[in-house]
Amino acid sequence: MSTLTHLAATSPDQGRAHNPNAQGAPIKLRVEGLGKRYGNIDALHALDLDVRSGELLTLLGASGSGKTTLLQIISGLVAPSSGRIVIDGRDQTHAPAHQRDIGVVFQNYALFPHLTVSQNVGFALDMRGVSRAESRRRINEALAMVGLEAMHQRFPRELSGGQQQRVALARCFIYKPSLILMDEPLSALDRKLRETMQMEIKRLHRETGSTIIFVTHDQDEALALSDRICMMHNGRIEQIDTPQAMYERPSTVAVARFIGISNVLEGTVMQGDQLATADATVALPKGHGCQPGTPGALVIRPEHLNVVAADHGALRGTVVEAVYAGVETRIVVRLASGNLIVVRRLSGQAPLGIGSVVGLEWPAHPPHFLSV
Amino acid sequence: MAELAMQTAKAKPARKPQVTWSALWLVVPGVLFLVAFLLYPSFQLLLVSLKDPRTGAWTLTAFSKVFAGGVYTRTLSSTFIVALQTTLWCIFAGYPLAYWLARLSPRRQRMAALFVLLPFWTSALVKNFAWLVFLGRNGVINDLLGAMGFTPAELLFQRATVVFAMVHTMLPLAVMVMLPTMNQIERQLAQAADTLGASAAQQFWRVYLPLSMPGVAAAGLLVFISALGFFITPTLLGGARDTMLSQLIIVQINQLQNWQMGAAIAVMLVLAALVTCFIYDRTFGLSTLSGGSSDRLQHNGLMRRAGLGIGCAMGNLCDALARGYSRLSGARNAGWMLAAYAWLIIAVLIVPILAFIPMAFTGSDFLSFPPPSLSFKWFGQYLQSPLWVGSTLRSFGIGVATASITLLLATLAAFGLARSRSRLGGLAFLLFMTPMIVPPIVISVSLFYLFAQMSLVATNLGIIIGHTVIALPMAFVVLLATFKHYDWRLDQAAATLGAAPWRVFIKVTLPLIKGGMFAGLVTAFLQSFEELTVAMFIGGGVKTTLPKQMWDDILLQVTPTLAAASVVVVVIVCALFFLMEYFRPAEHQVSAS
Ligand SMILES: Nc1ncnc2c1ncn2[C@@H]1O[C@H](COP(=O)(O)OP(=O)(O)O)[C@@H](O)[C@H]1O
Ligand SMILES: [Mg+2]
Repeated sequence: MSTLTHLAATSPDQGRAHNPNAQGAPIKLRVEGLGKRYGNIDALHALDLDVRSGELLTLLGASGSGKTTLLQIISGLVAPSSGRIVIDGRDQTHAPAHQRDIGVVFQNYALFPHLTVSQNVGFALDMRGVSRAESRRRINEALAMVGLEAMHQRFPRELSGGQQQRVALARCFIYKPSLILMDEPLSALDRKLRETMQMEIKRLHRETGSTIIFVTHDQDEALALSDRICMMHNGRIEQIDTPQAMYERPSTVAVARFIGISNVLEGTVMQGDQLATADATVALPKGHGCQPGTPGALVIRPEHLNVVAADHGALRGTVVEAVYAGVETRIVVRLASGNLIVVRRLSGQAPLGIGSVVGLEWPAHPPHFLSV
Repeated sequence: MAELAMQTAKAKPARKPQVTWSALWLVVPGVLFLVAFLLYPSFQLLLVSLKDPRTGAWTLTAFSKVFAGGVYTRTLSSTFIVALQTTLWCIFAGYPLAYWLARLSPRRQRMAALFVLLPFWTSALVKNFAWLVFLGRNGVINDLLGAMGFTPAELLFQRATVVFAMVHTMLPLAVMVMLPTMNQIERQLAQAADTLGASAAQQFWRVYLPLSMPGVAAAGLLVFISALGFFITPTLLGGARDTMLSQLIIVQINQLQNWQMGAAIAVMLVLAALVTCFIYDRTFGLSTLSGGSSDRLQHNGLMRRAGLGIGCAMGNLCDALARGYSRLSGARNAGWMLAAYAWLIIAVLIVPILAFIPMAFTGSDFLSFPPPSLSFKWFGQYLQSPLWVGSTLRSFGIGVATASITLLLATLAAFGLARSRSRLGGLAFLLFMTPMIVPPIVISVSLFYLFAQMSLVATNLGIIIGHTVIALPMAFVVLLATFKHYDWRLDQAAATLGAAPWRVFIKVTLPLIKGGMFAGLVTAFLQSFEELTVAMFIGGGVKTTLPKQMWDDILLQVTPTLAAASVVVVVIVCALFFLMEYFRPAEHQVSAS
């Protein structure tokens, strides 16, 4: 979350100190109308996507949303059913993977078990005919970058998971590929190590100025790492935005639900900026631009809600659960319609009994409106 | 049993933690059996080879004769050369087939592998007999040559023919040994190499080939050792200059009664096999035989670097060649060539076996392919001959008895080994694998010597014991794999859910291991049903098994009755084989850990 507060203080573009003018940077990768069918399932529906040079873009989405498929098509390991891939202005749609100058970090690392750490890291240099002395120098450099100089003679299975991950990173960064693709590279690590490696990847990205597409299904990881997030759902792109924009102004209900815990109130837009939901009629922010009678939804962040007395507030419900999480306590309130609303409260406040009837309001922050 | 093991481990003051002795006790019956019927008789044979039969004094005369030049030395060297050639051809011809199989989807691989497994389970006798018929002066190959305008050639009694038929016999073994290693190579590694800039040729030579080497080496070891002890092929298809050591043993013992000389040659065979194993162990580590990873190779700096260097050079070379080729022909995908090659090899493996079916129904008095007319008369002959029917029934009975004893010993031992981590377990494992290293002919001769003292020659029991020794390793390996794959936490889960130990066994363990048990049973039966050597020596000419009856007939006179007998063998083998495939545990059951 520290990224968030950091970003909130500045405009999104200034937030990326290492890459001050990403907006103006040349386009590294352009994906046009990219589709992929497996049998009669559409894994990808005609996607369009631009990635700028020096950017760290995450593909975020639930399992099965097509992230791996997209990444494999970009890397050249899978052929698309339709559409084009343009890297650095050159059409690479049909180029084999080994001619694309891309780097891939695989989910389970895919280190060569018969080669030592040095040989693994130097593999790409070998393929490019780099001289032996030059190769040795760059291997040492790459290993130093990930802090594994002492391990260069070991075999992959003699390393811990985190160390294997670092070898995989070094093997990828060493030949400075123009585009680096990472498919859930941290999902096999435990939480602590995952956070360390996230910092490491951010640092490598900053130091090398490389362009990275990073796949994850973990919204916290996406928020912490990305310059921009590309949210995928059922083979489609739902929204591409900065982490802050996506968190505060999700463009669809699916995005809102996926990014953090969000409360969604669905209903019908009424005269006078009102939304009629099953539980109550609530006020809409001004200028939502929707005709009365059309369906709409309000997205309310749990941290923006206050618990008040039962007969005050815009909504009313029963406390069904209270989850203690250190600094805050999460209260789950069931509305009359059965809709569950999550509220974040600082833990110091007076505890609420399960079963007590409470009112909810959102005084300071206008909720985010979505036309459905 | 497992609980018992855990309790005793806890109760004892832990001198060496994790040593569960009680489970290891289960290997004792098998170990005793092998000590009595493999190690002890082999040791006796060694003594025989070192003693002068008349004076009883120690002497090395028999061994000095082997190395003195002349027929023995010639045979020794030709045995080595033929075995080496066979091994190399098996690997070079088998590797692409195994590679093709490994790249099929699991379902299709299982189907395609049937075509390799079927010839694997068909006896060497039947396969070599087929070539004897095909390659004869009036055989189908010469007919074809004649039709194409060539003069008929003498195809039999050539070194090349011997090697060809031995490769044909052992290629399925090589492929089935290489395949599991290839299946373990993750597809993602090639993809990783691809993204790192390696072309298809580079991916193969730098990543795939080195990772498949342990399988190649294991296949080479097993083929070479089996080939060293071969006598069926050189006897049927070879000339005088292609004699191999095993044939000399048969002559020395069965015809000349020269035990000292026969034993000395047998000792030479075993020594050769042991030296081969030793070299293999030094380079790859014996543990790779049972699917372990090759630690030895990785830490053996010189071998490893040489291997990687060769891979490197070949990768670059083939890369250049492939680029040149695709520039010349514009072809990008040569995958169909691999498939075509694989099917060609499969056809060569299968056709000789299936060709017996029409030949057995010939109406003529001579074996020929294709048959000039059809009739049932040779099956009639077979069914009316008390010799054939008697030997078939005996083989069946001996097979069932062998399979039962083997399964019992192997199950106990495999369970004991899978459940114990004692260092003694490694020794027991080696002992159970030893019958694979000692050629069957040596096992037979040494048991012949032992049984002569125990009046077990010319008894069914003698043959059953011999067959059990030979059948043990494979049944043991099958069962060990079953027990090692088995997730013992399932037993614990069942116990915590309230099942008593016997119910745990009936409801959980047994259903999950029964496929492996059945495979072990069928393996042992088939090996016994097709075994020739033991009956040759221990049957004493009285207790004739089906393979022995076929062997005698082939040497005496080749009649279509033999084809009828071969069809009987093939049908029984096929039936059991498909039954075994049917009961084989599905992949998801084995790997659901
Ligand atoms: N090789 C394949 N064959 C058939 N369907 C596939 C294949 N690869 C992926 N799919 C399907 O495509 C969809 C997207 O998969 P994937 O790209 O792996 O999603 P993600 O990486 O986001 O979890 C899934 O529905 C999956 O079942
Ligand atoms: Mg995926």
